[in-house]
Amino acid sequence: MTRAWRDPRLRPVVWASLTLGSAVGVFGFVFGVAAVSAGASVFQASAMSLLVFTGASQFSAVGVIAAGGSTASALGGALLLAARNGVYGLAMARRLPGSLGRRLIAAQLTIDESTAMSAAQPDLEAQRAAFWITGISVYVFWNLATLLGALVGSAINPSTFGLDAAFPAGFTAMLWPLLRDRRGRMAAAGGAVICVALIPFLPIGVPILCAAVAVLVGVPR
Amino acid sequence: MSWSLVFLLAAGAFAFKVLGLVIIGDRSLPAVLERCLSLIPAALIAAIVVHDTFGLGGQRLQIDARAVGVGTAVVLAWRKAPFIFVIVAGAAVTAVVRAIG
Repeated sequence: MTRAWRDPRLRPVVWASLTLGSAVGVFGFVFGVAAVSAGASVFQASAMSLLVFTGASQFSAVGVIAAGGSTASALGGALLLAARNGVYGLAMARRLPGSLGRRLIAAQLTIDESTAMSAAQPDLEAQRAAFWITGISVYVFWNLATLLGALVGSAINPSTFGLDAAFPAGFTAMLWPLLRDRRGRMAAAGGAVICVALIPFLPIGVPILCAAVAVLVGVPR
Repeated sequence: MSWSLVFLLAAGAFAFKVLGLVIIGDRSLPAVLERCLSLIPAALIAAIVVHDTFGLGGQRLQIDARAVGVGTAVVLAWRKAPFIFVIVAGAAVTAVVRAIG
């Protein structure tokens, strides 16, 4: 971490991950507010962000509870959304060697943001640094913001500031370097088409998982 | 909200992460599988972009201000604009289009 600050090559990664962290922080705040208004205690809202640490799943679970759904239905939808982190883990495992303890910590930090930021880097060293810096930055911002939101409890509307578009915009920037080669472009196009085609028919979270089928463009040599 | 939801979701989410990164990810795999795995971020991130741009929750799709904001982000990413600029411009354009519309 300290080396990353001094290495001029990694400075853009550090800045990008701090930007992303603060954007995530806004949603962490909104999550804290939403969780408390769905009947969670401040302690439960914070425990969820610390232990679950997968924004989409957390929002989905709290949304179902707020709408009067059961624990089981809240859990089902949220777990479907969480499944893609397992797929990210498969892709990240080769870049993240180390002791079991270190890898268990890495596992907790394996989410959309850390995977995407890492995949966008040109070499292995930068990929590792980007994973850890982004994962830790997002973890810290997400949890501080959740606590703040749960304590304050009064809502801001993120869509007024276009913040709902901040995530797809950020992911677009992270996606770009992956489109350098033909296979990357095919996988991205396939994933996008599959996802959009399935959204009207499948429960939330499942279309994104199904988009993984697009990696089959990697089968031919 | 029950504590059982918090703990079951935490356990399940962590299990998925560990399954991918530690349990399966540890093994060395055939070259064809390696090639496919390396394409996972491209496929899934592209899916998330279209999901967050056009998805409305409850299995609905909609083209709205977000599409203009993310379209701006695509152009800026293509022009190799700095990451911070892509995020801020994407959000700002969306907010402006939404305020006008």
